[in-house]
Amino acid sequence: MYVAAKGGEKAIRNAHALLGKRRRGDAGLPSITLDQIAQQLTLAVDRVMAEGSLYDVELASLAVKQARGDLIEAIFLIRAFRTTLPRFGNSRPLDTGDMLVRRRASATYKDLPGGQLLGPTFDYTHRLLDTSLGGEGGEHAVETGSDAPLAMPRVTDLLGQEGLIEAAPEDDGSEPFDITRAPVSFPVDRATRLQTLARGDEGYLLALGYSTQRGYARSHPFVGEIRFGDVEVVLDVPELGFEVSLGTVQVTECQMVNQFKGSAEVPPQFTRGYGLVFGQCERKAMSMALVERALRWQELGEEPGSPAQDEEFVLSHCDNVQATGFVEHLKLPHYVDFQAELDLVRRMRAEQAAQMKEAAE
Amino acid sequence: MATLARAEAGEIDAVLARLAPLPSAADLRPPEVGLVMLRGRTGGDGAPFNLGEATVARAAVRLADGASGFAYRLGRDARAARAAAIIDALWQDADRRAAVEAALKPVRARLAGEVAQVRAETAATKVDFFTLVRGED
Repeated sequence: MYVAAKGGEKAIRNAHALLGKRRRGDAGLPSITLDQIAQQLTLAVDRVMAEGSLYDVELASLAVKQARGDLIEAIFLIRAFRTTLPRFGNSRPLDTGDMLVRRRASATYKDLPGGQLLGPTFDYTHRLLDTSLGGEGGEHAVETGSDAPLAMPRVTDLLGQEGLIEAAPEDDGSEPFDITRAPVSFPVDRATRLQTLARGDEGYLLALGYSTQRGYARSHPFVGEIRFGDVEVVLDVPELGFEVSLGTVQVTECQMVNQFKGSAEVPPQFTRGYGLVFGQCERKAMSMALVERALRWQELGEEPGSPAQDEEFVLSHCDNVQATGFVEHLKLPHYVDFQAELDLVRRMRAEQAAQMKEAAE
Repeated sequence: MATLARAEAGEIDAVLARLAPLPSAADLRPPEVGLVMLRGRTGGDGAPFNLGEATVARAAVRLADGASGFAYRLGRDARAARAAAIIDALWQDADRRAAVEAALKPVRARLAGEVAQVRAETAATKVDFFTLVRGED
């Protein structure tokens, strides 16, 4: 039976007020500031910017606070915010070769021009909880080296000079597809995949990237290079007739170098997968590069059949805002749907009982 | 322009204060906040793709004495964008340019200092590899 339901306004109002109180926690403690979140929970803020697909440290910090540390909720808030603003234009492609490098590592060359710079990394830590962090931390003195700028060519450029690695697809001047402006229909081009993966869920891409290492679309990857640092944002302003520098953003870039492809015309070369992510999101950049490479199976003449190669599956499920929206909507009222199902299951049971009675007679 | 895009709001106010008295400024474009789609290149050097957006504040002004200026800055500080546009307009005036440059000097020094500090701190984490000699003697 169908019964229209209305109500709950008061309950919702009170629930949101309670959420506010629980978010604040013990009122005797100081409220955490956005600067504190940005400075001390930096990697959470970076992840929110990357998957929220909006670079704004202050907004992402606010979202982390408002979401009580639930990063997917924070990403949702950021995605909702971005729909409220007009778009002024598209930047010139970021030049990651001209980065103020804060970290750089290569698993393929130990002596590369510019060197390997560990930067602020969890690598090589012992993963032992540091109880001293529970108290008030003081100043942290660090060693310093030379502040002279160093040229740091990308590892792929070094391999490319010898023709040992495939060249990146050429810039033919055409506008890249924008998944935020037009509906996606499969199959898609590489630019569309990269945009989708760049805002995709880190955990999901990590699992898919991991699956390629375990043999589902094996591509024998090496980290050619990971670099993290500041890059300049440059915008062409049509009404001014020249380009302007808007400031800098931080990005992580991963160049994955993978096994070979050759043909009658081209001798065997390494192939590549690419990852680029806002902020210091190394795990994400690496996972993105692995999955990006796996999705190129057709172009590289590889055997299909593994989950990470299935473009429609991978790209349709990597957005955690879409995913959480559809999964979490299941808890919203479905009373009418459920009434119909209840009615159906009762009828089926009655029919079955009648049939059994008939058979017994 | 690049300096004004990277300056803190407080620094921009300090620059304006140093340049006072200022001619009045009218908005050519009222300060507003919007988005710019940041692009990357496939493989770092190939065909472009859309990476994600960033917030940007912009403004354009015309000073009472005729010079116009504009500003585009990452972030959402529309007031700072307008102040930066006024500084840009003052810079267009050849008579004021030296004063503007002088007022911007501390900002440039602060920015250069920060870059140098990042480089120096990062350089200390550079790996010095040494090759282990095989025991074949």
